[in-house]
Amino acid sequence: MSYDTSFHSDIYGMHTHTESFMAAGWQTTDYLFAGMVASVVLFGISGLPGLFIKKPGWGQLIATGICVIAALLGTGTAVQTVVTGSSTAGYLIDWHLPFGPCEFSADPLSALFLTPLFLASGCCAVYAVAYWPAREHPGSEKKLTFFFGLLSAAMALVVLARNGVVLLIAWEIMALSAFFLLTTDQRDPDVQRAGMVYLIATHIGTMALFILFAMLRGTTASFAFPVPHSLSPDLGVATVILVTALIGFGAKAGIMPLHIWLPSAHANAPSHVSAMMSGVMLKIGVYGIIRTVSFFSLPPAWLGWLILCLGGVSALSGIALASAQRDIKRLLACSSIENIGIVFIGLGMALIGIQTNTPLLAAFGLTGCFIHILNHALFKPLLFLGAGAIIHATGTREIDRMGGLSRRLPRTAPLFLAGSLAICGLPPLNGFIGELFLYLGAFNDAISSPLPALALVAPLLALVGGIAVITFIKLFGTIFLGSPRSPEAAHAHEPPLAMLAPMSLFALFCLIAGICGQLLLRLVTPAVASYAQLPPAIIDRMESSVPLASFTLLNLSLLLLILAIGLFYTRQTVKLPCATAATWGCGYLAPTARMQYTGTSFAEMASNLFAPFVTVSRSGPSLSGPLPAAARFCYATTESILDRVLIPVFQAIGLAFSYLRRMQHGQMHLYMLYIFATLFVLMMWRH
Amino acid sequence: MGSFADQLLVLVMLINFVMLGSSRMALCIRAVAVQGVVLGLLPGLVHPFSWHLAGITCGIILAKGIVIPYLINDAVRKAQIRREIEPFIGYVPTLILGAIFTTLAFVFAEKLPLAPEHRELLFVPASIATLMSGFLILTTRKKAISQVIGYLVLENGIFIFGLLLTEAMPVMVEAGALLDLLVGIFVMGIVINHISREFSSIDTSRLRALKEE
Amino acid sequence: MIDTIIHFSLILLMPPLLLGIIGKTKAAFAGRVGAPFLQPYYDLVKLLQKGSVFSETTTWVFRAGPVVTLAATLVAATLVPLGNHSAPISFTGDMILFAYLFGLSRFFTTAAALDTGSSFEGMGAAREVTFSCLVEPTLFFALISLARMSKSLTLSTMLTYTSPGIWITAGASMLLLVGALFITLLAENCRIPFDDPNTHLELTMIHEVMVLDHSGPAFGYILYGAAMKLFVLGAIFMNIALPARTGSSLGDWGVFVVGMILLAVLIGVVESIMARLRLIRIPQLLIAATILSAFAMLLILR
Repeated sequence: MSYDTSFHSDIYGMHTHTESFMAAGWQTTDYLFAGMVASVVLFGISGLPGLFIKKPGWGQLIATGICVIAALLGTGTAVQTVVTGSSTAGYLIDWHLPFGPCEFSADPLSALFLTPLFLASGCCAVYAVAYWPAREHPGSEKKLTFFFGLLSAAMALVVLARNGVVLLIAWEIMALSAFFLLTTDQRDPDVQRAGMVYLIATHIGTMALFILFAMLRGTTASFAFPVPHSLSPDLGVATVILVTALIGFGAKAGIMPLHIWLPSAHANAPSHVSAMMSGVMLKIGVYGIIRTVSFFSLPPAWLGWLILCLGGVSALSGIALASAQRDIKRLLACSSIENIGIVFIGLGMALIGIQTNTPLLAAFGLTGCFIHILNHALFKPLLFLGAGAIIHATGTREIDRMGGLSRRLPRTAPLFLAGSLAICGLPPLNGFIGELFLYLGAFNDAISSPLPALALVAPLLALVGGIAVITFIKLFGTIFLGSPRSPEAAHAHEPPLAMLAPMSLFALFCLIAGICGQLLLRLVTPAVASYAQLPPAIIDRMESSVPLASFTLLNLSLLLLILAIGLFYTRQTVKLPCATAATWGCGYLAPTARMQYTGTSFAEMASNLFAPFVTVSRSGPSLSGPLPAAARFCYATTESILDRVLIPVFQAIGLAFSYLRRMQHGQMHLYMLYIFATLFVLMMWRH
Repeated sequence: MGSFADQLLVLVMLINFVMLGSSRMALCIRAVAVQGVVLGLLPGLVHPFSWHLAGITCGIILAKGIVIPYLINDAVRKAQIRREIEPFIGYVPTLILGAIFTTLAFVFAEKLPLAPEHRELLFVPASIATLMSGFLILTTRKKAISQVIGYLVLENGIFIFGLLLTEAMPVMVEAGALLDLLVGIFVMGIVINHISREFSSIDTSRLRALKEE
Repeated sequence: MIDTIIHFSLILLMPPLLLGIIGKTKAAFAGRVGAPFLQPYYDLVKLLQKGSVFSETTTWVFRAGPVVTLAATLVAATLVPLGNHSAPISFTGDMILFAYLFGLSRFFTTAAALDTGSSFEGMGAAREVTFSCLVEPTLFFALISLARMSKSLTLSTMLTYTSPGIWITAGASMLLLVGALFITLLAENCRIPFDDPNTHLELTMIHEVMVLDHSGPAFGYILYGAAMKLFVLGAIFMNIALPARTGSSLGDWGVFVVGMILLAVLIGVVESIMARLRLIRIPQLLIAATILSAFAMLLILR
């Protein structure tokens, strides 16, 4: 890697030598990198003016303006970097801090993760203007705006950093800004609790990352990232490095046993923050794992299978949990676990492919993984923003209290429908393209490999897809269809344009990407080729074996056919007599809106089938006699893994640590003694 | 004839699933009888014909297909059981477990150091799968009768393995195994009758009541 | 070219005939004369000329349901080979698109059902999605087995590959596949023993209850779409179950048509001699089908 441009920033002298910056001979990649850095800086400072402006509203508007500019600049340069496929040179800031110079760089992999990041940040910033208007929330708006920009900038820095300590600093800024964003509504006890759980979970992850980078430093004698593919997987520390990466980054990604913080955090944050957290921040965790694996010359054999199994478990249990949820945002959060699971399945396939030297499998797996990352960053923000619009309109997150909203929110409904279809992976939307590559990877493996255990991925994905249909038809149906189940739902109102526009943009991208899968493939292939070190011939073989043009053709003909039949139908109904009446009540004369099938009843049958993941508890009095008294029936679903595994484990740990509590008694002089004792021990320590 | 034997073995494994998934005693007994008959046909398919072999075949079909099922049926009628009502694990989970065990059986069979001519055939995986299904029935069902059936399935699994190992099985060994089984059935029958008379139920999980305090 | 024309005319014209044959078979079993073979066609024509009644609670989703369902089924039908003839459109990975197109149609059928706000239709919708989610893995296990056997990733090659020779060499796994696919066929098309298309007791129905509120042309589209789904899945089933080849193009078409008629008779026989399963037994049977096809895959991949 060559350092053809380096700018020195002397942190003590507080001045920057920019001579080399001015130097002639800038390459295109340098301009692109400068664009991305500028965008990061803009995001970072976007909230600053607002902190000094007294009058509410202006700060938010200025921040939004800056964010939009930054997003346009960032998305443009990131896409350009991805498509050109060559990594930019490393850029060094040579400061005198103990951990050495810090380096930034953008290769296709980084740029691939930056693209949705910048896009979502810009869209969510616009959304916030209407969703969290400064006039109505004078207290929290400044904080929200400032940390929102900081979160985007920090996430981008994580992706650009090429030094362990810089990554950790950016990581911590990201984690903490997310915490402050999440606790915007800090008076609500639920929010406080979610915030605490998030903070603890994220710091457990950070702890693992400290170990990871300490180990790396021990191996390479520098905090700078090792050259890709330079470490041997047979080293003793390799296992430690990979496991800590899985724990540290996996906790942020929300992979199954480490997902406890995720549902409540996503549910309680303001919707555009949830969109950012779910659509982008989870992927930063995935990025970390992918990056760490790239240090090794060959991933160890167990890693691919472990990631594949984790992905399978997350996908299945995540969607099973989602199908049982009643809170709209919690449901979306659980489905994020599922989607991260699918991403991990792709990654696992790819790593197995790389390890066993089956390049086609690696190509399919990695392509599926990356495309799904992009796709999820399109449809999940769309759904979360839609959820925000719905909450904005009805004032509740309980889907069982909604209903019939497609009449009151005629513009939100089709957008939400598009998001639901996309997340189920149904054609002609974009979710299908990513899953297609994973399926084809599995099928190819079934055809050609001698022991094709990977073929099981296909039925697993099919099952997950089937449950996803249950979940999202339940979500869409209960919220938008039928008649309103509560007065709030009956008087809902359409959100303003500033909220609709970002959603429409996402929906448009979902449709375009779904119809023209080639666009997605083009974005992804440079990263795939450079990451898995695949020769162009393999990429060509993969591209030619998946005739995306035929899919485009069929998707278009599907749309045309729908249009044609729809037109024919409308013409027919215009000609023929048409009457309106009440819904056929099957003989019952006075049906009410409360007798409709709720989301809970819709998913009840499925929840019973997925008993290993979802615990169903029913409580109600037993009825007796011909005219029983009024009674309450309660139906609740909880998470089996949490209830049966994690909570008992944590209780045991808590019991073990309760002995330590005796050390904390509030006596000042004893505390001083502790400090003294520690100091003493440290001084005695053999240097 | 290897491929035809393979088809029969697939049938045997399917019958395992029938037994794992059904709650009706009569169906289970009939299934185990069919399994016995199929197994009886197998030696004739893998080994060259001899009178000795014909004798064994008839003996096995008679014992596994007619006598033993008849005896169990008799016991069922006397104890008046129609269904296994409350298994320890439900039917769908047992089915899925059975599927997993069958898959594992194939994996194990890959790993075993077998003679190359045996590797291609289904005998080893079918044997392990049947064995495991037997264990599964034995461990998940409560009624003594179901346990007898599980025991029979287990024995069938061992029988399939035995088919491979000897060119023509010594009659005495096989006869001895069958005799053991027959005695086992008789003992079970008597025990079942007794349990049923004493406790007016043949739920083996209630045998804990016999434990000394 | 001629084959393409025959393909399209068959998928457009033949589906309702299957329903007529099933009805006639059932009537024969019950000792009745039964409606004429062409009755479903008369029904369709009649429905297309009728006016509609719309519920006050419904929106555009309700009207979009039948339209999208029919369109998705039509597109899926162009991907399936009929008999020994490849489908007009065939490319790598079309089997996945095929499966997901049915997912799309299911999404819209259930959405339209939920749009009426009727609790019975909600019930039907919940059952439909739950049961079909159990069917999906079965289909994919079968597809993987077929892909492995034919070493191909297109539906046309996978399904036209089967021949009587395969039945002899891999009979057991083929039998398992056929069993699993037949269960899938019955479940996906809501036939007995899963659902009774003739019943009018809303509490027990699945598909019929979802479309209770549709009327006029929309209901015609639904009936037509359902018949076409039966035809398409039936064609897949017959390709595996009856791989008879005559050698001549027209002869193969004849074999295919006869095969489909036989299939309709078979379904009619099953419906006549079997009772509907209790609702809680249905997942059990579907999981059994999944195990059958998983087992078939295991034998083939080994």
